[in-house]
Amino acid sequence: MKHTISVLVENQFGAFNRVATMFSGKGFNIHSISIGETETPEVSRMTIVTEGEDKIMEQVVKQLNRLIDTIKVVDLTGQTRVERELALITVFYQKGTRAELISICDIFRGNVVDINNKTITLEITGPPDKIDAVVNVLEPFGIKEMARSGTVALKRGEQLKLDKNLVTQQ
Amino acid sequence: MRTPKHMLSGADIFFECLRREKVEYIFGYPGGAVLKLYEKLYDVDHLKHILVRHEQGAAHMAEGYAKATGKVGVVLVTSGPGATNTVTGIADAYMDSVPIVVFTGQVATHLIGNDAFQEADIVGITRPITKHNFLVRDVKELATIIRKAFFIASTGRPGPVLVDLPKDVINSVCEFEYPEKVELRGYKPTFLGHQNQIKKAADIIKNAKRPLLYVGGGVLMSNGERELRLFAKESNIPVTMTLQGLGAFPGNDPQSLGMLGMHGTYYANQAVNNCDVLVSLGARFDDRVTGKVDSFATKAYKIHVDIDPTCIDKNVIVDLPIVGDVKHVLAELASEMNGQMDLEDWWAQINAWREECPLNYEKNDGKLRSEYIIERISEKTKGEAVVVSDVGQHQMWVAQYYKFNNPRSHLTSGGLGTMGFSLPASIGAAFGVKDRTVISISGDGGFQMNIQELITAAYNKLPIKFIIINNSFLGMVRQWQELFHAEKYSFTDLSASNPNFLKVGEAFGLKSFSTNNPAEVDDILDEALSYNDGPVLIEFKVVKEDMVFPIIPSGATIKEMMTKRLDPKEMV
Repeated sequence: MKHTISVLVENQFGAFNRVATMFSGKGFNIHSISIGETETPEVSRMTIVTEGEDKIMEQVVKQLNRLIDTIKVVDLTGQTRVERELALITVFYQKGTRAELISICDIFRGNVVDINNKTITLEITGPPDKIDAVVNVLEPFGIKEMARSGTVALKRGEQLKLDKNLVTQQ
Repeated sequence: MRTPKHMLSGADIFFECLRREKVEYIFGYPGGAVLKLYEKLYDVDHLKHILVRHEQGAAHMAEGYAKATGKVGVVLVTSGPGATNTVTGIADAYMDSVPIVVFTGQVATHLIGNDAFQEADIVGITRPITKHNFLVRDVKELATIIRKAFFIASTGRPGPVLVDLPKDVINSVCEFEYPEKVELRGYKPTFLGHQNQIKKAADIIKNAKRPLLYVGGGVLMSNGERELRLFAKESNIPVTMTLQGLGAFPGNDPQSLGMLGMHGTYYANQAVNNCDVLVSLGARFDDRVTGKVDSFATKAYKIHVDIDPTCIDKNVIVDLPIVGDVKHVLAELASEMNGQMDLEDWWAQINAWREECPLNYEKNDGKLRSEYIIERISEKTKGEAVVVSDVGQHQMWVAQYYKFNNPRSHLTSGGLGTMGFSLPASIGAAFGVKDRTVISISGDGGFQMNIQELITAAYNKLPIKFIIINNSFLGMVRQWQELFHAEKYSFTDLSASNPNFLKVGEAFGLKSFSTNNPAEVDDILDEALSYNDGPVLIEFKVVKEDMVFPIIPSGATIKEMMTKRLDPKEMV
């Protein structure tokens, strides 16, 4: 089963490498890994998508926690979360297929970000399964190149129930 | 107005920090990138630098010092080859959780990545084999990093930390302020065990009919041997120890079943296989202990106490984990117990196994055997010596036949299995514990792997007893070749290529002995043990083709245990 793990690490020289080294050294899979700054500049957030049995996933979380540079590790799997990935996809077009490609892009609420006389580049954002769907649809047209960012994810904020009485009083 | 602070160079800060960490010894070797440190060292009198002959030796000496004393061992080497030569020692310390701090020189920061002379990315190389490592990029960070290095190495589950020191950082100057406290928000080892878990564990142990304590190195690292002895004595529960746990409980106490696992005693392994509650204390269910994981202690409710959460459920799924310091948890457990348990039937069963198959070897053919030598050493030192074994057959015989009375007395390379560990590690131990007899026991193969350090022992007049169990074979590999590899003795026979060990010893200035006669063992040991003006070397030429028994083949169960060499007649 796929797991999405969110890791806060010290934004320090080698912190990313430490995580990557641990994964390869322990023989854990990595589907995608993305890293960037957070609201606090000295802390980075890594989002790791990995796969394995529950026992392995428990070890992944523990081994991540064991690294000195990791501040917090949360397995977001099974939690309500927002997940997004960005993909840039360059597709070949022929006479007549350009409009179709643009309409597919619209359906998936993407943007056309580049075009020349042979290819068109689309920018698609969404949960990873949406990107998979787009890739699936575009494949018959001939994908020239693709770059995917890997998943970034955050736990959803808690939905506080509004107190109706309080609302009416106000 | 601000009070003026000291302006100090990186090199000054380095030694000031080491002074504050109460470092007594540095095991090191000078070189280009650390010249400035060695320049300062010339005038430093608060610590002693021990010049080694190879950087691997330095790392093992630091390990030996740390294992014997419980303090942090310190290494100082230059960049490039100096640094890479420490790698085996660092990996060894990582596997056996030994607190050492390794300082490596590095080329100047502006040259890093340029393939400069004697440059190696040692931080990258050692990332998977250190608990943590640092590259100091600014002299202002130096004091804090050194403080953190010692803190990380010595707390929680201990381990090696490497600090890489670029040449320009050591040469530059800054205002020095010693960080009294360091804060690492990503590193807070769980010290106290969970109260409810401990209570639950005590209840389960109290109701057990066939309980067993499975004791690992963690008990020694947490200095929990007193708590263990109290807990075991007051409850009457049998104790078995891992290779690293030996010494936590007295080996000659009838309550000790000796070592468990691949070369463990028959009765310890039977006890593991038949116990109803297994209490693992600072052990990690290593494959040399468990054999086939699915068949390991299947009848037991498993309680696992460990300070490192990653150890829990890693190899064997346990029923009740307690994350915390073993010493502390043991004390809490003891307070929950109410006196001696009624284990009469269990002890009767264990003693029956003990009689059925005790540790045994051939004593009547007049030949010199390793087991006999180790028994004699154990007897003559009354189990009180610090015995540093190497890796292989003799290591298992030490574990089986030396009856350790005290903690921090059995020093060996368990996890990594590093041949060449004993000789340098015993030197580190001899510096650390001046009031105890230190005995290094190696095979003829491993002894040659760090043989250069004999001069370090001789020059420093350390009264170490270097014992070579010479069977003219890489014995453990030979044993596996005989048992599992069609008797193809491929490159394990050293009889034609071993040096004259007696002359080697003499060349290095050691008082040296050699014999193959069992009748001479006692006299030689007596003379060696009473000589304290420097190291001695004893070569015992033993039977060539002995095997370590019992043995449970790799990945097998106690049912496959072999307790003696099969008679060819029986095999037909």
